Amino acid sequence: MYSLLLILIPVVAGLLSFFLKEEKTVKGFALLASIVTLVVSLCSLCSTTQLAFSAEWIPSLGSKFSLSLDGMSKMLCLLNCISLPIIFTSIYKNSYKNTSGFYGLMFLMQAGIMGVFLASDALLFYFFWELALIPAYFLCSIWGGEKRIQVTFKFFIYTFVGSLLMLLGLIYLYLQTPGSHSFAYNDFLQLHLPAKQQASVFALMFIAFAIKMPIFPFHTWQPDAYEQAPTPVTMVLSGVMVKMGIFAVIKWILPILPLAVNGHANFVIILSVIGMLYASLIAIKQDDIKRLVAYSSIAHIGLMCAAIFTNTNIGIQGVLVQMFNHGINVIGLWIVADVIEQQLGTRKFSELGGLAQKAPTLAILFVVMCFANIALPLTNAFIGEFLMFSGLFQYNVWFAAVAGISIILGAVYTLNMVQKIFYGDTVVATDKAVDISLNIKLALVILVVVIIALGIYPMPLMNLVK
Amino acid sequence: MNKLVYLIPLFPLIGFLINGLGRKSLSKSLIGVIGSGAILASFAVSLVLFFDVKANGAMAVNPLFTFIQTSTLKIDFAFQVDQLSCLFLLIITGIGFLIHVYSASYMHEEEPQHFGRYFAYLNLFVFSMLLLVLGANYVIMFIGWEGVGLCSYLLIGYWFKNNNYNAAAKKAFVMNRIGDLGFLLAVFWIINKLGTVNYHDVFAKAATLSNFDVTAITLLLFVGAMGKSAQIPLYTWLPDAMAGPTPVSALIHAATMVTAGIYMIARSNVLFSMSEFTMHLIAIIGLATALFSATIAIKQNDIKKVLAYSTVSQLGYMFLGLGCGAYTGAVFHVMTHAFFKALLFLGAGSVIHAMHHEQDIRNMGGLKKKLPITHITFLLGCIAISGIPPFSGFFSKDEILAAAFAHNKVYWILGVAGAAMTAFYMFRLYATTFLGNFRGTHDQEHHLHESPKAMTIPLIVLAILSVIGGMVGIPELMGGHHELHHFLSPVLVSEKAYEIEHSTEWMLMGISVTIAAIAILFAVNKFSKKPEMQDAEGFGKVLANKWYVDELYDTIIVKPLEAVANCFKNIIEKSGIDGAVNGVGKFVQYSSRQVRLLQSGQVGTYILFMVLAFVVIVLIWINDGHIYRFITKLF
Repeated sequence: MYSLLLILIPVVAGLLSFFLKEEKTVKGFALLASIVTLVVSLCSLCSTTQLAFSAEWIPSLGSKFSLSLDGMSKMLCLLNCISLPIIFTSIYKNSYKNTSGFYGLMFLMQAGIMGVFLASDALLFYFFWELALIPAYFLCSIWGGEKRIQVTFKFFIYTFVGSLLMLLGLIYLYLQTPGSHSFAYNDFLQLHLPAKQQASVFALMFIAFAIKMPIFPFHTWQPDAYEQAPTPVTMVLSGVMVKMGIFAVIKWILPILPLAVNGHANFVIILSVIGMLYASLIAIKQDDIKRLVAYSSIAHIGLMCAAIFTNTNIGIQGVLVQMFNHGINVIGLWIVADVIEQQLGTRKFSELGGLAQKAPTLAILFVVMCFANIALPLTNAFIGEFLMFSGLFQYNVWFAAVAGISIILGAVYTLNMVQKIFYGDTVVATDKAVDISLNIKLALVILVVVIIALGIYPMPLMNLVK
Repeated sequence: MNKLVYLIPLFPLIGFLINGLGRKSLSKSLIGVIGSGAILASFAVSLVLFFDVKANGAMAVNPLFTFIQTSTLKIDFAFQVDQLSCLFLLIITGIGFLIHVYSASYMHEEEPQHFGRYFAYLNLFVFSMLLLVLGANYVIMFIGWEGVGLCSYLLIGYWFKNNNYNAAAKKAFVMNRIGDLGFLLAVFWIINKLGTVNYHDVFAKAATLSNFDVTAITLLLFVGAMGKSAQIPLYTWLPDAMAGPTPVSALIHAATMVTAGIYMIARSNVLFSMSEFTMHLIAIIGLATALFSATIAIKQNDIKKVLAYSTVSQLGYMFLGLGCGAYTGAVFHVMTHAFFKALLFLGAGSVIHAMHHEQDIRNMGGLKKKLPITHITFLLGCIAISGIPPFSGFFSKDEILAAAFAHNKVYWILGVAGAAMTAFYMFRLYATTFLGNFRGTHDQEHHLHESPKAMTIPLIVLAILSVIGGMVGIPELMGGHHELHHFLSPVLVSEKAYEIEHSTEWMLMGISVTIAAIAILFAVNKFSKKPEMQDAEGFGKVLANKWYVDELYDTIIVKPLEAVANCFKNIIEKSGIDGAVNGVGKFVQYSSRQVRLLQSGQVGTYILFMVLAFVVIVLIWINDGHIYRFITKLF
């Protein structure tokens, strides 16, 4: 029941939003509805019953509308549910043309993502996968930056091609199921295909997920999309939506195609590690907050992907924890990017400086999030990175050592960013800056509290995804 | 009793929170009281624990909570209190308290909210440092390890309007991270081989490790120590770190944080003693650092820079001691060095304070009369660091040198040469600053004044400690009992015993003291009347420019890396990968334009295509799906 509610509430809220006219009403309503979803998600954490839901959908194809909630999907739904209220709080004072459409699409996107995390039927999974993409496409192409049409088109085509390959893979698996074929997750688990078949399905599905995460060299849509998308959408894209790719690998590839995973582990890990260093180095050279955070995010995702394919207990445990924590941290960074852009009209480091004098509260909160971004101990990200690197080390010492260089590079670009925005003397753009308003402070403080609380005492999160 | 241990880091943490959150509303004096009071409270508890440990030995402490748990690994948030951690607790909280008191006066010009920020950082630092030495496993140590790095970063860049300071802060953090990567890899190695990170279990199982594993683990740990304790090649951040307020240099970059590497190796002495190779390397790197930075110190003119290079050099001595298996000697030197180097830095701070932020010793001179207390205490510190008996530095340095002699006579000769340089550059500093005539501006001279009591009392206390601190380690040769050695022996189980004949040992002592004394007399004689006013030339210029190591690193590491990053960003990313992606897109557009031509509108053509397509589909499906499978494979 909870699983159905988690999808239903955003869908209904989204549809309702379309019909609200007043900007203030929409915002208030959106905030309220997103909090209701969060409450439901929190309730689902405590509950052990009533988690699954199943109904007939397309019986002729052997596909059911079946949803289920295990530890991992509980956690990701929670992340999905936390992110919207925080995003809505932080943008409460921004105005977007056609507000109701904007908020409505945000809810539909949330619903789509939620469905991906919940679906335990392959066709349903695919359905939600696309459903999440379509609102994102409209959000980016209507409310995005100058180059939005071109960039969003690329983003859409890129991920859509991936989705089609995935669909092919899923249909292939479907055809292998015994009897009158079925799309049920549990039937897929029983497949035990021979290695060669696994390899070809793996190739199809992995490309889809690699594009979504994204993994080097499938990543080039991402910095552009993050830069051009309206920042609240970027928050969802990088905070929650990229987790779809990681989630899908863990749920739909690891247990179903174990032989292919072992066979391709080296290849994928090498790609991921190259991607980590590559993205980190590029991040050092960025002059734009959003692009820097985008590349930093690619590096972090690379580590997660590598850790999954080590197929070690400790590594995967790290990925699970990190999925949540990365979402929290990156949303925080985007909020700051948005605040700076909204207030000062620029995101370029070369035009910023000395903001700490004008906005000390923002500076403190941002610095905490930056240190979480580089996984300082006692911030949430340390737990995940520690476990992931440990898993990578178990797999291969050299991979861990080379990937470890990104720890150093991460410090370089993150501290660069802090220094260029906040330290030094004020410049033209920051001369008249003021400290953050209450709603943003609230959003950031919540994030910072989560960052530190989960950094000191991560066991609740770890128990959830055991 | 053993629950008390939690209070030790708790007090500074509370101080950090109060001062951090209340920095805008609390008055400066209250901030100072809270900041210092928190450390004093920790010191009091540490004293209680110290006497308990002294009487009853190491105490068991229950884990606070489970920090990380997976099916194969359990890491507790656990503390342990034994002789080694007790000693460090006293050093950290004791000297920390004095420096907090000193800071309250030294930083009085700051605005209240920045004053509060300063004390919040300082308390957070003490908290992290306490975590580092109290942790019962490598992960907790690592938490403290990176925590002190963070505070060091924040405090070096405390005056954040100055971008040079920010750059120095960043450099310190990044260089430390290089070391931290080594530390982390060592921890992973330990987890992988032993499945635990608890000191107790790791040392108990250490014998099962292969020689290769032990060497790798210890080398990686040592890389961590190189970063934190500023050893070649990762030392260049420490002199730059002098950008921070002077009390910070005294606390973090002289007395406590930089000795974390020594603590870590002493803590892991069981592992380190199993690897001859690592031990040799530590001794060589330590000795090289000691000598190399001593040469640089000779030609520096910034009062803090001299002390900074001197710190690097003294840390080198400690590593020399560790490498020769003289763990007690190294820890002993950590302690005495904490006394006299904190004293010297605070003394320098007092001078800088009196001179209105002037740090160039060429513009000082003759401060003896105007700053009597600073002068006397600074002189005592200089004598202590030069290794003149019976001052504290003599005993600890002598212990290291004796172990070096037993190990390898060349080490001893070089060590004594370094000691001579130490005496020389310290008294060059002393003579140029305090003796001779005043060379500053008239304005500066007019304002010269001795510092207030809150600053001079810590100086006096540290001076007393610098003089008598060596008493805890009087060697048996001199009729002492070396109490420190006995106290620490339960922890430092791998201490290497060495035998040197008494007559030889007396002789070695005599030689090193005589050489140091000659260096002192020479320096005082040379610089009290005629200080070096011109910029150095020839070889001196190389030394004054720190052997151009910063420039070297810039050329062989920073610049190439930037070039690679630029190439990635501008060429590979833009034209290469994204170009390929866009190329595919364009190709599809192009081909669709071509394919569109097929839509000719002639029914006949359409039928032809329909039939062809039908044939293809049938072919694909009819073959038992063989062709279908072939096609899917193609993709």
